[in-house]
Amino acid sequence: MVSAEAHAGLGLVETLALTTVFAPLVGALICGLFNRFIGEKVAMLIATALLFVAAGCAGTLFIGYWNHSLHLPEAAIKLFKWIDVGGLQSHWSVRIDAISVVMMIVVTGVSSLVHLYSWGYMAEDPHKPRFFAYLSLFTFAMLSLVTAADFLQLFFGWEGVGLASYLLIGFWYHKRTANDAQIKAFVVNRVGDFGFALGIMAVFFVFGTVEFNEVFALIPEKTDALIKWGIYQFPALEIIAFLLFVGAMGKSAQFFLHTWLPDAMEGPTPVSALIHAATMVTAGVVLVCLCSPIFQAAPKTSAFIAVIGAITALFAATVGLAQNDIKRVIAYSTCSQLGFMFFAAGIGAYQAAMFHLFTHAFFKALLFLGAGSVIHGMHHEQDMRKMGAIAKAMPITYVIMIIGTLAITGVGIPHTSWGFAGFFSKDAIIESTFAAGMTGNTAAQFAFWMALIAATLTSFYSWRLAFMTFHGTYKGQAHHDDGHGHGHDDHSHAHAATPAATGHGPAPAHESPWVMLVPLILLALGAIFAGTVFYEAFVGHHSKEFWGSSIYNAPGVDLMKAKYDVPAWVFYAPFVVMVTGLLAAIYFYVIKEGLGKRIADQGGLLHAFLFNKWYFDELYEIVFVKGARALGDLFWKGGDQKIIDGLGPNGIAALINFGSKRAVKIQSGYVYHYAFLMLIAAVILGAIVLLGKG
Amino acid sequence: MIGLAHYLTVAAALFTIGVFGIFVNRKNVIVILMSIELILLAVNINLVSFSSFLGDMMGQVFAMFVLTVAAAEAAVGLAILVVYFRNRGNIAVEDLNLMKG
Repeated sequence: MVSAEAHAGLGLVETLALTTVFAPLVGALICGLFNRFIGEKVAMLIATALLFVAAGCAGTLFIGYWNHSLHLPEAAIKLFKWIDVGGLQSHWSVRIDAISVVMMIVVTGVSSLVHLYSWGYMAEDPHKPRFFAYLSLFTFAMLSLVTAADFLQLFFGWEGVGLASYLLIGFWYHKRTANDAQIKAFVVNRVGDFGFALGIMAVFFVFGTVEFNEVFALIPEKTDALIKWGIYQFPALEIIAFLLFVGAMGKSAQFFLHTWLPDAMEGPTPVSALIHAATMVTAGVVLVCLCSPIFQAAPKTSAFIAVIGAITALFAATVGLAQNDIKRVIAYSTCSQLGFMFFAAGIGAYQAAMFHLFTHAFFKALLFLGAGSVIHGMHHEQDMRKMGAIAKAMPITYVIMIIGTLAITGVGIPHTSWGFAGFFSKDAIIESTFAAGMTGNTAAQFAFWMALIAATLTSFYSWRLAFMTFHGTYKGQAHHDDGHGHGHDDHSHAHAATPAATGHGPAPAHESPWVMLVPLILLALGAIFAGTVFYEAFVGHHSKEFWGSSIYNAPGVDLMKAKYDVPAWVFYAPFVVMVTGLLAAIYFYVIKEGLGKRIADQGGLLHAFLFNKWYFDELYEIVFVKGARALGDLFWKGGDQKIIDGLGPNGIAALINFGSKRAVKIQSGYVYHYAFLMLIAAVILGAIVLLGKG
Repeated sequence: MIGLAHYLTVAAALFTIGVFGIFVNRKNVIVILMSIELILLAVNINLVSFSSFLGDMMGQVFAMFVLTVAAAEAAVGLAILVVYFRNRGNIAVEDLNLMKG
């Protein structure tokens, strides 16, 4: 900040952006390092207040840009040079363009609300300042990611959010499962980050610079560039795009690298809402959109992205059908929605991907925080099979979760501007995918049909969640086991009076405090209005001027315009599949309540397949975990113990032992032996000297 | 006439006796010390006889040095012996093999 203020003529826009980026860092440092001196409450208050300052600045920036009252600078603000090695230079910069402005409001908006929400959710936790410090640190890392002006700073932010995610998943470090989950998240992300790092190296290798502007400007010259590897030659841009996408796959939990995301739900729920739903997991989408000039020049990789995205959308949605943990259902839903964003980016509809990212942040954070409110109200019960009929006990949470469900399933009236946020963004994706398919893009055609099936399933499992949780009959045990470690003493006393009937008594839930409900209500407003208000700017007729130079589309079909010209049935298709899923969910979970449970109890093959998440964890266990262990054993026992130790230290030691055992026999210990030897030696030496002379 | 060769023969004989005294003796360390004295004396005879034969005083000066050193050596050697005897109660050469590897 200080060095930035030294710049002459720092305008309003720059000041707002710098405040947005660095306020969370200051908050994290104060809260993390000084909470012992200034007190927990003050530290948390400072972190939360600074986050709201950041959110206010980002909001001003976003609204100002949206209604054309603020103009963004052409070049990024370069604060200082942080890497200068040979030809590689990297400035710490704050890039202000449409993508970063959108991401700043998403990140700081959700983060500030999550900070506020955590006051209630984490009220009984003894390590609150650490939690808030991590949250603020995450926010700073994410902001430095989205405002990066070159690949290295992007990578810094990328790893920073990975670190914060690791720390926060394992926040309850005394839980074994949380430790396992944090390590899993970190390791799976390493796979992606390896690809990402290789991608950055490839960028530097081909372009000789890592700055976005310089790289993108050089792309027309490099379309035919090749990367040689042994006797093989690869088109450079395809390789770069593919490697960058591998990084995006890891961070955004796409098919094959998705396994960490559901396990990451071991972390506290505000973390799931902030990191594993609204912001960090969308970093991959941001990367693809940001590098749209590269991906537009790499059609094969783009098709691959579309296919992977479509498969993820469908895969995660099918798994979501069979899960019983309320947070896991939403986690798979996140995974599925990320798939939507990716195939949109893969077919070139970056605007639609960013729009879905924007709306998704609202309603997915809403769903997660709502689920957190349910979990809080149910005394840390997460199993939906033990819930039911808690709508009366927590009316506000109920209404909010229904809004979230309406938003994610995409409820709205086609051809009007009436609808929830998800309606606009998801329909924009589906329509532009169909439009891309009409141009002969087979990957887009595949993605379109996958998307329709996934949207049906999304509607089904989202409503299943709502019905199982809030409707029907209460299926859990009356809450009697007082004080089972979560410190809900005050609540437990109240419920000690409820009848001990097993099952059908009233649900022992309670509404959450206002400090948790206010963020929910604000997010609910976003989930209702974010779509209709920003549709025109993000993906409508004004999208070109809104995104400006931040998103590049190759000349040709303009998907944002072409999506208006798709056949009428395409407009109605998402609506129809949404209603289909809703009706199916009503049939299974309201009219014939218990039908879903009976199907699950029958233990059919399909249910087992979905319940076990397509057996991905088991497959990875066999292939990678066991494989790595076998390989490690081979290197340890064969390579290290037998070859290196056997020939090296141990071998030499044995040889010396062997030799010295024989040499020691010469040492009789009798003085006259030694004296005799000395004499003989003296005679021989004398003889040599004399004979040599003579 | 007794010439240089006679002196050298006596010195060589003394030297050989001294050397054999060190090797053959299995009983007593004091004998070893005495043998060393013999060797040194043999060398002294050599020095003095060459000095007389060549008319160069340097040899006799050297002989005086050797005598001094021999005296010091005998003193140190005997002192070691005494200490050794106090510790082990025995100075038989067969038992002096503490340095055996």
